[in-house]
Amino acid sequence: MAEAQIKNLTMNFGPQHPAAHGVLRLVLEMDGEIVERADPHIGLLHRGTEKLIEYKTYLQAVPYFDRLDYVSPMCQEHAFALATEKLLGIDVPLRGQYIRVLFSEITRILNHLLNVTAFALDVGAMTPFLWAFEEREKMMEFYDRVSGARLHAVYFRPGGVGRDMPAGLAEDIMAFTETFPKIVDDMEALLTENRIFKQRCVDIGIVSAKDAYDWGFSGPMLRASGVPWDLRKAQPYDAYARMDFDIPVGKNGDCYDRYLVRVEEMRQSLRIIRQCIEQMPGGPVKVDDRKITPPPRAEMKTSMEALIHHFKLYTEGYKVPAGETYTAVEAPKGEFGVYLVADGTNKPYRCKIRAPGFAFLQATEFLTKGHMLADLVAIVGSMDIVFGEIDR
Amino acid sequence: MDQALKDLGEYIQAALPHDVLETRVALGELMVSVRTDSILRVLTFLRDDTNCLFKQLVDVCGADYPGRDQRFDVVYNLLSHRHNLRIRVKVATDEATPVPSVAAVFSAAGWYERETWDLYGVFFADHPDLRRLLTDYGFEGHPMRKDFPLTGHVEVRYDEVEKRVVYEPVRLTQDFRSFDFLSPWEGTDYVLPGDEKAKGGA
Repeated sequence: MAEAQIKNLTMNFGPQHPAAHGVLRLVLEMDGEIVERADPHIGLLHRGTEKLIEYKTYLQAVPYFDRLDYVSPMCQEHAFALATEKLLGIDVPLRGQYIRVLFSEITRILNHLLNVTAFALDVGAMTPFLWAFEEREKMMEFYDRVSGARLHAVYFRPGGVGRDMPAGLAEDIMAFTETFPKIVDDMEALLTENRIFKQRCVDIGIVSAKDAYDWGFSGPMLRASGVPWDLRKAQPYDAYARMDFDIPVGKNGDCYDRYLVRVEEMRQSLRIIRQCIEQMPGGPVKVDDRKITPPPRAEMKTSMEALIHHFKLYTEGYKVPAGETYTAVEAPKGEFGVYLVADGTNKPYRCKIRAPGFAFLQATEFLTKGHMLADLVAIVGSMDIVFGEIDR
Repeated sequence: MDQALKDLGEYIQAALPHDVLETRVALGELMVSVRTDSILRVLTFLRDDTNCLFKQLVDVCGADYPGRDQRFDVVYNLLSHRHNLRIRVKVATDEATPVPSVAAVFSAAGWYERETWDLYGVFFADHPDLRRLLTDYGFEGHPMRKDFPLTGHVEVRYDEVEKRVVYEPVRLTQDFRSFDFLSPWEGTDYVLPGDEKAKGGA
Protein backbone atom coordinates (compact mmCIF):
# COMPACT_ATOMS: atom_id res chain seq x y z
CA MET A 1 0.00 0.00 0.00
CA ALA A 2 1.37 3.38 -0.94
CA GLU A 3 2.04 5.74 1.91
CA ALA A 4 -0.37 8.61 2.00
CA GLN A 5 1.25 12.01 1.65
CA ILE A 6 0.01 14.33 4.36
CA LYS A 7 0.35 18.00 3.70
CA ASN A 8 0.46 20.57 6.46
CA LEU A 9 -2.63 22.69 6.61
CA THR A 10 -2.34 26.46 6.81
CA MET A 11 -5.11 27.98 8.83
CA ASN A 12 -6.24 31.43 9.78
CA PHE A 13 -7.21 31.95 13.40
CA GLY A 14 -9.06 35.22 13.83
CA PRO A 15 -9.10 38.19 13.58
CA GLN A 16 -12.85 37.68 14.10
CA HIS A 17 -12.70 34.76 16.48
CA PRO A 18 -14.22 34.96 19.96
CA ALA A 19 -11.16 33.30 21.52
CA ALA A 20 -8.78 35.71 19.78
CA HIS A 21 -9.29 38.33 22.51
CA GLY A 22 -9.89 41.16 20.12
CA VAL A 23 -8.15 41.32 16.79
CA LEU A 24 -5.46 38.67 16.91
CA ARG A 25 -4.79 37.10 13.55
CA LEU A 26 -2.80 33.91 13.82
CA VAL A 27 -1.56 32.14 10.75
CA LEU A 28 -1.18 28.54 11.85
CA GLU A 29 0.50 25.68 10.15
CA MET A 30 -1.18 22.53 11.35
CA ASP A 31 -0.10 18.94 11.15
CA GLY A 32 -3.46 17.35 11.77
CA GLU A 33 -4.48 18.94 15.05
CA ILE A 34 -0.93 19.76 16.15
CA VAL A 35 0.37 23.31 15.81
CA GLU A 36 3.61 23.31 13.83
CA ARG A 37 4.06 27.02 13.34
CA ALA A 38 2.16 30.00 14.68
CA ASP A 39 2.70 33.41 13.18
CA PRO A 40 0.72 36.18 14.90
CA HIS A 41 -0.17 39.09 12.66
CA ILE A 42 -0.74 42.14 14.79
CA GLY A 43 -1.34 45.79 14.10
CA LEU A 44 -5.01 45.57 13.21
CA LEU A 45 -5.70 47.96 16.07
CA HIS A 46 -2.70 50.20 15.45
CA ARG A 47 -3.71 53.80 16.06
CA GLY A 48 -0.33 55.52 16.10
CA THR A 49 -0.56 56.43 19.79
CA GLU A 50 3.14 57.19 20.09
CA LYS A 51 3.09 59.47 17.07
CA LEU A 52 -0.01 61.28 18.33
CA ILE A 53 1.57 61.86 21.73
CA GLU A 54 4.47 63.65 20.05
CA TYR A 55 1.96 66.25 18.86
CA LYS A 56 0.17 66.72 22.19
CA THR A 57 1.09 68.43 25.41
CA TYR A 58 1.94 66.29 28.40
CA LEU A 59 -1.53 66.61 29.89
CA GLN A 60 -3.24 65.88 26.58
CA ALA A 61 -1.19 62.70 26.29
CA VAL A 62 -2.74 61.14 29.40
CA PRO A 63 -6.05 59.99 27.83
CA TYR A 64 -4.13 57.96 25.24
CA PHE A 65 -2.85 55.77 28.03
CA ASP A 66 -6.37 54.79 29.06
CA ARG A 67 -6.96 53.52 25.59
CA LEU A 68 -3.97 51.21 25.45
CA ASP A 69 -4.88 48.37 27.75
CA TYR A 70 -8.51 49.29 28.18
CA VAL A 71 -9.10 46.89 31.07
CA SER A 72 -6.46 48.43 33.31
CA PRO A 73 -6.45 52.10 32.40
CA MET A 74 -5.26 53.73 35.60
CA CYS A 75 -2.07 51.66 35.91
CA GLN A 76 -0.90 52.97 32.58
CA GLU A 77 -1.64 56.57 33.40
CA HIS A 78 0.42 55.84 36.48
CA ALA A 79 3.50 54.97 34.42
CA PHE A 80 3.20 58.12 32.32
CA ALA A 81 2.55 60.31 35.36
CA LEU A 82 5.61 58.89 37.16
CA ALA A 83 7.81 59.37 34.10
CA THR A 84 6.73 62.98 33.67
CA GLU A 85 7.13 63.68 37.38
CA LYS A 86 10.62 62.26 37.26
CA LEU A 87 11.58 64.61 34.44
CA LEU A 88 9.94 67.54 36.19
CA GLY A 89 11.58 66.61 39.48
CA ILE A 90 8.43 66.83 41.59
CA ASP A 91 7.02 64.64 44.34
CA VAL A 92 3.34 63.93 44.77
CA PRO A 93 1.85 64.63 48.22
CA LEU A 94 1.27 61.55 50.34
CA ARG A 95 -2.50 61.52 50.03
CA GLY A 96 -2.18 61.62 46.26
CA GLN A 97 0.19 58.67 46.39
CA TYR A 98 -2.19 56.66 48.54
CA ILE A 99 -5.12 57.34 46.25
CA ARG A 100 -3.03 56.24 43.30
CA VAL A 101 -2.04 52.99 44.99
CA LEU A 102 -5.64 52.40 46.05
CA PHE A 103 -6.93 52.78 42.52
CA SER A 104 -4.03 50.87 40.98
CA GLU A 105 -5.08 47.89 43.06
CA ILE A 106 -8.74 48.28 42.18
CA THR A 107 -7.56 48.30 38.58
CA ARG A 108 -5.59 45.12 39.19
CA ILE A 109 -8.70 43.34 40.46
CA LEU A 110 -10.68 44.68 37.50
CA ASN A 111 -8.12 43.30 35.11
CA HIS A 112 -7.63 39.93 36.77
CA LEU A 113 -11.36 39.38 37.09
CA LEU A 114 -11.76 39.86 33.38
CA ASN A 115 -8.76 37.79 32.44
CA VAL A 116 -9.34 34.84 34.76
CA THR A 117 -12.97 34.49 33.85
CA ALA A 118 -12.50 35.12 30.13
CA PHE A 119 -9.84 32.44 30.25
CA ALA A 120 -12.35 30.12 31.92
CA LEU A 121 -14.81 31.02 29.18
CA ASP A 122 -12.22 30.08 26.56
CA VAL A 123 -11.87 26.64 28.06
CA GLY A 124 -15.58 26.13 28.49
CA ALA A 125 -16.81 27.65 31.76
CA MET A 126 -19.39 30.36 31.22
CA THR A 127 -20.73 31.17 34.70
CA PRO A 128 -17.68 32.83 36.31
CA PHE A 129 -17.60 35.36 33.49
CA LEU A 130 -21.13 36.50 34.31
CA TRP A 131 -20.40 36.71 38.03
CA ALA A 132 -17.22 38.65 37.45
CA PHE A 133 -18.93 41.25 35.35
CA GLU A 134 -21.29 42.05 38.17
CA GLU A 135 -18.32 42.76 40.43
CA ARG A 136 -16.49 44.67 37.74
CA GLU A 137 -19.50 46.91 37.44
CA LYS A 138 -19.26 47.76 41.14
CA MET A 139 -15.61 48.66 40.81
CA MET A 140 -16.22 50.72 37.71
CA GLU A 141 -18.72 52.61 39.79
CA PHE A 142 -15.82 53.56 42.08
CA TYR A 143 -13.98 54.74 39.01
CA ASP A 144 -17.04 56.72 38.05
CA ARG A 145 -17.38 58.36 41.42
CA VAL A 146 -13.77 59.39 41.65
CA SER A 147 -13.15 60.53 38.08
CA GLY A 148 -16.52 60.78 36.34
CA ALA A 149 -15.81 58.00 33.86
CA ARG A 150 -16.28 54.26 34.10
CA LEU A 151 -13.36 53.28 31.90
CA HIS A 152 -11.25 56.05 30.44
CA ALA A 153 -10.67 57.84 33.67
CA VAL A 154 -7.82 60.32 33.02
CA TYR A 155 -7.48 60.39 36.78
CA PHE A 156 -3.74 59.95 37.47
CA ARG A 157 -2.12 63.05 36.07
CA PRO A 158 1.43 64.31 36.24
CA GLY A 159 1.59 66.01 39.63
CA GLY A 160 -1.03 63.94 41.43
CA VAL A 161 -4.58 62.89 40.72
CA GLY A 162 -7.39 64.78 39.06
CA ARG A 163 -9.34 65.57 42.21
CA ASP A 164 -9.81 64.32 45.74
CA MET A 165 -12.05 61.36 46.48
CA PRO A 166 -15.68 62.33 47.15
CA ALA A 167 -17.04 61.91 50.67
CA GLY A 168 -18.21 58.41 51.46
CA LEU A 169 -16.26 56.65 48.73
CA ALA A 170 -13.63 55.26 51.10
CA GLU A 171 -16.34 53.68 53.26
CA ASP A 172 -18.01 52.12 50.25
CA ILE A 173 -14.74 50.67 48.96
CA MET A 174 -14.09 49.29 52.43
CA ALA A 175 -17.54 47.67 52.43
CA PHE A 176 -16.75 46.21 49.01
CA THR A 177 -13.57 44.60 50.32
CA GLU A 178 -15.72 42.81 52.90
CA THR A 179 -18.04 41.24 50.33
CA PHE A 180 -15.60 40.62 47.50
CA PRO A 181 -13.62 37.67 49.00
CA LYS A 182 -16.84 35.66 48.88
CA ILE A 183 -17.00 36.18 45.12
CA VAL A 184 -13.43 35.02 44.66
CA ASP A 185 -14.18 31.97 46.80
CA ASP A 186 -17.27 31.17 44.74
CA MET A 187 -15.30 31.54 41.54
CA GLU A 188 -12.57 29.29 42.86
CA ALA A 189 -15.15 26.72 43.91
CA LEU A 190 -16.24 26.54 40.30
CA LEU A 191 -12.78 26.45 38.74
CA THR A 192 -9.80 25.59 40.90
CA GLU A 193 -10.57 21.93 41.54
CA ASN A 194 -12.81 21.52 38.53
CA ARG A 195 -11.76 18.40 36.64
CA ILE A 196 -12.46 19.75 33.17
CA PHE A 197 -10.76 23.06 33.92
CA LYS A 198 -7.66 21.31 35.23
CA GLN A 199 -7.51 18.98 32.25
CA ARG A 200 -7.44 22.01 30.00
CA CYS A 201 -4.81 23.96 31.96
CA VAL A 202 -2.41 21.78 33.89
CA ASP A 203 0.89 21.24 32.06
CA ILE A 204 -0.24 23.31 29.10
CA GLY A 205 2.11 25.99 27.82
CA ILE A 206 4.92 25.44 30.31
CA VAL A 207 7.51 28.22 30.54
CA SER A 208 10.72 27.73 32.50
CA ALA A 209 12.19 30.66 34.40
CA LYS A 210 15.10 30.81 31.97
CA ASP A 211 12.81 31.08 28.96
CA ALA A 212 10.65 33.62 30.75
CA TYR A 213 13.71 35.85 31.17
CA ASP A 214 14.78 35.31 27.62
CA TRP A 215 11.41 36.25 26.15
CA GLY A 216 11.09 39.33 28.32
CA PHE A 217 8.13 38.09 30.36
CA SER A 218 6.94 40.03 33.36
CA GLY A 219 4.07 40.10 35.80
CA PRO A 220 2.05 36.94 36.44
CA MET A 221 3.63 35.26 33.39
CA LEU A 222 7.04 35.52 35.05
CA ARG A 223 5.88 34.81 38.57
CA ALA A 224 4.01 31.66 37.53
CA SER A 225 7.40 30.34 36.37
CA GLY A 226 8.72 30.65 39.90
CA VAL A 227 10.47 34.01 39.77
CA PRO A 228 9.52 36.16 42.75
CA TRP A 229 9.77 39.47 40.92
CA ASP A 230 7.34 42.30 41.37
CA LEU A 231 8.17 45.94 40.72
CA ARG A 232 5.89 46.96 43.57
CA LYS A 233 8.37 45.25 45.92
CA ALA A 234 11.63 45.45 43.98
CA GLN A 235 11.46 49.06 42.84
CA PRO A 236 8.58 50.47 44.86
CA TYR A 237 6.94 53.62 43.57
CA ASP A 238 4.51 55.96 45.28
CA ALA A 239 3.25 54.49 48.56
CA TYR A 240 3.91 50.83 47.77
CA ALA A 241 6.92 50.80 50.07
CA ARG A 242 4.53 51.32 53.01
CA MET A 243 2.27 48.44 52.09
CA ASP A 244 2.39 44.94 53.51
CA PHE A 245 1.51 42.28 50.96
CA ASP A 246 2.77 38.98 49.59
CA ILE A 247 3.79 38.02 46.08
CA PRO A 248 2.30 34.73 44.93
CA VAL A 249 4.70 32.60 42.91
CA GLY A 250 3.92 29.60 40.74
CA LYS A 251 5.86 26.37 40.48
CA ASN A 252 5.41 24.90 37.03
CA GLY A 253 4.81 27.92 34.81
CA ASP A 254 1.81 26.36 33.09
CA CYS A 255 -1.61 27.87 32.39
CA TYR A 256 -2.96 26.58 35.69
CA ASP A 257 -0.24 28.30 37.71
CA ARG A 258 -0.85 31.54 35.90
CA TYR A 259 -4.50 31.27 36.83
CA LEU A 260 -3.65 30.56 40.49
CA VAL A 261 -1.19 33.46 40.66
CA ARG A 262 -3.81 35.87 39.37
CA VAL A 263 -6.44 34.67 41.80
CA GLU A 264 -4.07 35.08 44.73
CA GLU A 265 -3.02 38.51 43.48
CA MET A 266 -6.63 39.61 43.73
CA ARG A 267 -6.69 38.68 47.41
CA GLN A 268 -3.41 40.49 47.99
CA SER A 269 -4.78 43.54 46.21
CA LEU A 270 -7.66 43.57 48.66
CA ARG A 271 -5.14 43.67 51.50
CA ILE A 272 -3.43 46.66 49.93
CA ILE A 273 -6.75 48.41 49.38
CA ARG A 274 -7.68 48.00 53.04
CA GLN A 275 -4.30 49.27 54.20
CA CYS A 276 -4.60 52.27 51.89
CA ILE A 277 -7.96 53.27 53.28
CA GLU A 278 -6.91 52.72 56.89
CA GLN A 279 -3.65 54.65 56.61
CA MET A 280 -4.69 57.34 54.16
CA PRO A 281 -3.61 60.73 55.46
CA GLY A 282 -5.39 64.01 54.79
CA GLY A 283 -3.95 66.86 52.82
CA PRO A 284 -3.57 67.84 49.17
CA VAL A 285 -3.79 65.30 46.36
CA LYS A 286 -1.60 67.11 43.84
CA VAL A 287 1.52 69.19 43.97
CA ASP A 288 1.03 72.76 45.05
CA ASP A 289 2.69 74.26 42.00
CA ARG A 290 0.41 76.35 39.82
CA LYS A 291 2.79 75.97 36.89
CA ILE A 292 1.99 72.25 36.78
CA THR A 293 -1.41 71.62 38.35
CA PRO A 294 -4.46 73.79 37.77
CA PRO A 295 -5.94 75.97 40.52
CA PRO A 296 -9.22 75.02 42.22
CA ARG A 297 -12.33 76.18 40.44
CA ALA A 298 -13.45 78.37 43.34
CA GLU A 299 -10.19 80.29 43.34
CA MET A 300 -10.59 81.10 39.67
CA LYS A 301 -13.78 83.04 40.38
CA THR A 302 -11.91 85.62 42.41
CA SER A 303 -8.24 85.47 41.43
CA MET A 304 -6.98 86.84 38.14
CA GLU A 305 -3.69 84.98 38.58
CA ALA A 306 -5.50 81.67 39.00
CA LEU A 307 -7.42 82.35 35.81
CA ILE A 308 -4.21 83.02 33.90
CA HIS A 309 -2.65 79.85 35.27
CA HIS A 310 -5.67 77.84 34.25
CA PHE A 311 -5.63 79.30 30.75
CA LYS A 312 -1.93 78.74 30.26
CA LEU A 313 -2.05 75.17 31.56
CA TYR A 314 -4.83 74.13 29.23
CA THR A 315 -3.44 75.79 26.13
CA GLU A 316 0.32 75.80 26.31
CA GLY A 317 0.70 73.25 29.08
CA TYR A 318 3.93 73.10 31.03
CA LYS A 319 7.43 72.78 29.73
CA VAL A 320 9.40 69.77 30.79
CA PRO A 321 13.17 70.12 31.10
CA ALA A 322 15.21 68.17 28.57
CA GLY A 323 16.10 64.67 29.61
CA GLU A 324 15.04 61.09 29.19
CA THR A 325 13.76 58.36 31.43
CA TYR A 326 12.49 54.83 31.33
CA THR A 327 9.91 54.45 34.07
CA ALA A 328 8.01 51.25 34.66
CA VAL A 329 5.15 50.19 36.88
CA GLU A 330 3.79 46.78 37.74
CA ALA A 331 0.61 46.90 35.70
CA PRO A 332 -1.77 43.95 36.19
CA LYS A 333 -0.39 42.27 33.07
CA GLY A 334 3.25 42.86 33.83
CA GLU A 335 5.88 45.55 33.47
CA PHE A 336 4.37 48.53 31.72
CA GLY A 337 7.07 51.05 30.89
CA VAL A 338 7.27 54.46 29.32
CA TYR A 339 10.46 55.64 27.68
CA LEU A 340 10.01 59.38 27.60
CA VAL A 341 12.36 61.83 25.91
CA ALA A 342 11.77 65.49 26.64
CA ASP A 343 13.44 68.30 24.71
CA GLY A 344 12.49 71.22 26.91
CA THR A 345 9.25 72.11 25.12
CA ASN A 346 5.66 71.46 26.14
CA LYS A 347 5.40 68.26 24.09
CA PRO A 348 7.20 64.93 24.48
CA TYR A 349 9.89 64.43 21.86
CA ARG A 350 9.53 60.67 21.95
CA CYS A 351 7.26 58.49 24.00
CA LYS A 352 7.80 54.78 23.60
CA ILE A 353 5.28 52.57 25.31
CA ARG A 354 6.51 49.21 26.49
CA ALA A 355 3.51 46.94 26.79
CA PRO A 356 3.80 43.63 28.65
CA GLY A 357 1.42 41.84 26.29
CA PHE A 358 3.70 42.55 23.34
CA ALA A 359 6.39 40.32 24.81
CA PHE A 360 3.88 37.58 25.66
CA LEU A 361 2.35 37.46 22.23
CA GLN A 362 5.75 37.36 20.58
CA ALA A 363 6.38 34.05 22.34
CA THR A 364 3.19 32.48 20.98
CA GLU A 365 5.02 30.23 18.59
CA PHE A 366 7.48 29.16 21.27
CA LEU A 367 4.63 28.41 23.67
CA THR A 368 2.24 26.63 21.34
CA LYS A 369 4.54 24.58 19.14
CA GLY A 370 3.58 20.93 19.43
CA HIS A 371 0.37 21.66 21.31
CA MET A 372 -3.13 20.90 20.07
CA LEU A 373 -5.24 23.63 18.54
CA ALA A 374 -7.55 23.68 21.55
CA ASP A 375 -4.54 24.21 23.84
CA LEU A 376 -3.53 27.20 21.80
CA VAL A 377 -6.79 28.81 22.83
CA ALA A 378 -6.03 28.09 26.47
CA ILE A 379 -2.49 29.45 26.17
CA VAL A 380 -3.58 32.64 24.43
CA GLY A 381 -6.26 33.05 27.10
CA SER A 382 -3.77 32.61 29.93
CA MET A 383 -1.35 35.16 28.47
CA ASP A 384 -3.75 37.97 29.26
CA ILE A 385 -3.38 39.88 26.03
CA VAL A 386 -5.30 42.99 25.13
CA PHE A 387 -4.76 44.44 21.72
CA GLY A 388 -5.03 48.05 22.71
CA GLU A 389 -1.60 47.92 24.31
CA ILE A 390 0.04 45.55 21.85
CA ASP A 391 -0.87 47.45 18.69
CA ARG A 392 -0.80 50.90 20.29
CA MET B 1 21.71 53.88 43.96
CA ASP B 2 23.47 56.51 41.87
CA GLN B 3 26.84 55.36 43.17
CA ALA B 4 26.11 51.75 42.24
CA LEU B 5 25.17 52.86 38.74
CA LYS B 6 28.26 55.02 38.42
CA ASP B 7 30.46 52.12 39.50
CA LEU B 8 28.73 49.81 37.07
CA GLY B 9 29.20 52.32 34.26
CA GLU B 10 32.92 52.57 34.99
CA TYR B 11 33.18 48.80 35.20
CA ILE B 12 31.56 48.37 31.79
CA GLN B 13 33.73 51.09 30.32
CA ALA B 14 36.85 49.37 31.67
CA ALA B 15 35.78 45.92 30.48
CA LEU B 16 34.88 47.02 26.95
CA PRO B 17 37.13 50.01 26.25
CA HIS B 18 36.88 49.75 22.45
CA ASP B 19 33.13 49.38 22.28
CA VAL B 20 31.80 51.87 24.80
CA LEU B 21 31.71 55.48 23.68
CA GLU B 22 30.17 57.11 26.71
CA THR B 23 28.51 56.27 30.02
CA ARG B 24 26.29 58.70 31.82
CA VAL B 25 24.13 58.64 34.94
CA ALA B 26 21.18 61.01 34.83
CA LEU B 27 17.95 61.05 36.84
CA GLY B 28 19.06 57.87 38.59
CA GLU B 29 19.38 55.94 35.34
CA LEU B 30 22.48 54.62 33.64
CA MET B 31 22.93 55.22 29.93
CA VAL B 32 25.71 53.59 27.94
CA SER B 33 26.27 54.59 24.37
CA VAL B 34 28.22 52.09 22.30
CA ARG B 35 29.56 51.64 18.77
CA THR B 36 26.96 50.33 16.37
CA ASP B 37 28.91 47.27 15.26
CA SER B 38 29.71 46.16 18.81
CA ILE B 39 26.15 45.97 20.10
CA LEU B 40 26.14 42.17 19.99
CA ARG B 41 29.30 41.91 22.05
CA VAL B 42 28.12 44.52 24.56
CA LEU B 43 24.72 42.91 25.13
CA THR B 44 26.24 39.44 25.44
CA PHE B 45 28.66 40.81 28.02
CA LEU B 46 25.89 42.58 29.91
CA ARG B 47 23.82 39.41 29.96
CA ASP B 48 26.52 37.01 31.09
CA ASP B 49 28.96 38.96 33.24
CA THR B 50 28.46 38.22 36.95
CA ASN B 51 28.52 41.89 37.88
CA CYS B 52 25.83 42.72 35.34
CA LEU B 53 23.51 39.74 34.72
CA PHE B 54 21.05 41.82 32.72
CA LYS B 55 19.04 38.73 31.86
CA GLN B 56 16.07 40.52 30.44
CA LEU B 57 15.80 42.73 27.41
CA VAL B 58 12.83 44.82 28.38
CA ASP B 59 12.51 46.97 25.33
CA VAL B 60 14.11 48.03 22.07
CA CYS B 61 12.97 51.19 20.37
CA GLY B 62 14.06 53.77 17.89
CA ALA B 63 14.24 57.54 18.15
CA ASP B 64 14.65 60.02 15.34
CA TYR B 65 16.83 63.14 15.48
CA PRO B 66 16.75 64.49 11.91
CA GLY B 67 19.28 67.22 12.71
CA ARG B 68 22.06 64.76 13.34
CA ASP B 69 24.40 63.07 10.89
CA GLN B 70 23.39 59.65 12.14
CA ARG B 71 19.77 60.48 12.61
CA PHE B 72 18.51 57.39 14.43
CA ASP B 73 19.10 56.11 17.92
CA VAL B 74 18.29 52.52 18.72
CA VAL B 75 17.67 52.25 22.45
CA TYR B 76 17.90 48.96 24.36
CA ASN B 77 16.49 48.86 27.88
CA LEU B 78 17.75 46.00 30.02
CA LEU B 79 16.83 44.80 33.47
CA SER B 80 18.89 42.80 35.93
CA HIS B 81 16.72 40.91 38.40
CA ARG B 82 19.74 39.79 40.38
CA HIS B 83 21.13 43.26 41.04
CA ASN B 84 17.80 45.06 40.72
CA LEU B 85 19.26 47.54 38.23
CA ARG B 86 18.28 48.92 34.89
CA ILE B 87 20.55 50.01 32.08
CA ARG B 88 19.94 51.78 28.80
CA VAL B 89 22.21 51.01 25.86
CA LYS B 90 22.17 53.25 22.81
CA VAL B 91 23.58 52.98 19.34
CA ALA B 92 23.36 55.56 16.57
CA THR B 93 22.74 54.80 12.92
CA ASP B 94 21.32 56.27 9.72
CA GLU B 95 18.98 55.07 6.95
CA ALA B 96 21.70 53.10 5.18
CA THR B 97 23.75 51.56 7.98
CA PRO B 98 22.37 48.28 9.32
CA VAL B 99 22.48 47.51 13.05
CA PRO B 100 23.40 43.93 13.99
CA SER B 101 20.34 42.12 15.25
CA VAL B 102 20.48 40.90 18.85
CA ALA B 103 17.75 38.30 18.39
CA ALA B 104 20.37 35.60 18.89
CA VAL B 105 21.22 36.98 22.34
CA PHE B 106 17.69 37.77 23.51
CA SER B 107 14.73 36.04 21.88
CA ALA B 108 12.60 38.99 22.92
CA ALA B 109 14.47 41.25 20.51
CA GLY B 110 12.76 39.70 17.46
CA TRP B 111 9.56 41.67 17.48
CA TYR B 112 11.04 44.80 19.00
CA GLU B 113 13.46 45.04 16.10
CA ARG B 114 10.71 44.33 13.62
CA GLU B 115 8.75 47.18 15.14
CA THR B 116 11.74 49.52 14.96
CA TRP B 117 12.28 48.57 11.32
CA ASP B 118 8.60 49.15 10.60
CA LEU B 119 8.29 52.51 12.32
CA TYR B 120 11.72 54.01 11.66
CA GLY B 121 13.26 52.11 8.78
CA VAL B 122 16.32 51.10 10.75
CA PHE B 123 17.65 47.96 9.12
CA PHE B 124 18.77 45.08 11.32
CA ALA B 125 21.37 42.77 9.84
CA ASP B 126 20.97 39.01 10.34
CA HIS B 127 17.48 39.33 11.71
CA PRO B 128 15.67 36.00 11.27
CA ASP B 129 12.39 37.49 10.09
CA LEU B 130 12.47 41.21 9.38
CA ARG B 131 8.95 41.98 8.19
CA ARG B 132 6.68 44.87 8.99
CA LEU B 133 4.81 44.43 12.23
CA LEU B 134 2.35 47.14 13.20
CA THR B 135 1.43 48.90 9.98
CA ASP B 136 -1.01 47.75 7.31
CA TYR B 137 -0.19 45.09 4.73
CA GLY B 138 1.48 46.87 1.85
CA PHE B 139 2.17 50.05 3.82
CA GLU B 140 4.81 52.39 2.45
CA GLY B 141 7.08 54.62 4.51
CA HIS B 142 8.14 54.63 8.13
CA PRO B 143 5.53 56.49 10.16
CA MET B 144 7.44 57.39 13.32
CA ARG B 145 10.05 59.39 11.46
CA LYS B 146 9.83 63.06 12.26
CA ASP B 147 9.40 63.94 8.58
CA PHE B 148 6.40 61.62 8.18
CA PRO B 149 3.19 63.67 8.47
CA LEU B 150 0.87 62.92 11.38
CA THR B 151 -2.05 62.49 9.02
CA GLY B 152 -0.23 59.97 6.85
CA HIS B 153 -0.45 59.75 3.07
CA VAL B 154 -3.40 57.44 2.39
CA GLU B 155 -6.81 56.88 3.87
CA VAL B 156 -9.20 53.96 3.41
CA ARG B 157 -12.92 53.65 2.88
CA TYR B 158 -15.32 50.97 1.77
CA ASP B 159 -16.33 51.47 -1.83
CA GLU B 160 -19.93 50.49 -2.45
CA VAL B 161 -19.41 50.14 -6.22
CA GLU B 162 -16.25 48.06 -6.16
CA LYS B 163 -17.43 46.17 -3.05
CA ARG B 164 -14.03 46.41 -1.39
CA VAL B 165 -11.90 48.70 0.72
CA VAL B 166 -10.08 51.27 -1.40
CA TYR B 167 -7.01 53.36 -0.59
CA GLU B 168 -7.01 57.04 -1.51
CA PRO B 169 -4.69 59.97 -0.86
CA VAL B 170 -5.60 61.79 2.37
CA ARG B 171 -8.01 64.67 1.78
CA LEU B 172 -8.46 66.98 4.73
CA THR B 173 -11.42 69.35 4.77
CA GLN B 174 -9.40 71.51 7.10
CA ASP B 175 -5.61 71.69 7.20
CA PHE B 176 -3.95 69.98 10.11
CA ARG B 177 -3.06 72.69 12.57
CA SER B 178 -0.11 72.32 14.85
CA PHE B 179 -0.42 75.14 17.31
CA ASP B 180 2.69 76.89 18.47
CA PHE B 181 2.21 77.87 22.07
CA LEU B 182 5.58 79.47 22.61
CA SER B 183 4.90 82.52 24.68
CA PRO B 184 5.68 85.80 22.89
CA TRP B 185 6.82 87.22 26.22
CA GLU B 186 9.60 84.68 26.44
CA GLY B 187 10.87 85.49 22.97
CA THR B 188 9.97 83.76 19.72
CA ASP B 189 12.23 82.74 16.89
CA TYR B 190 9.66 83.52 14.22
CA VAL B 191 7.99 86.76 13.13
CA LEU B 192 4.37 87.14 14.20
CA PRO B 193 2.02 88.05 11.33
CA GLY B 194 1.62 91.84 11.29
CA ASP B 195 4.68 92.22 13.47
CA GLU B 196 7.24 92.28 10.64
CA LYS B 197 8.13 95.93 11.15
CA ALA B 198 8.84 95.63 14.82
CA LYS B 199 11.28 92.79 14.34
CA GLY B 200 12.79 93.79 10.99
CA GLY B 201 13.09 97.53 11.60
CA ALA B 202 14.81 97.27 14.94
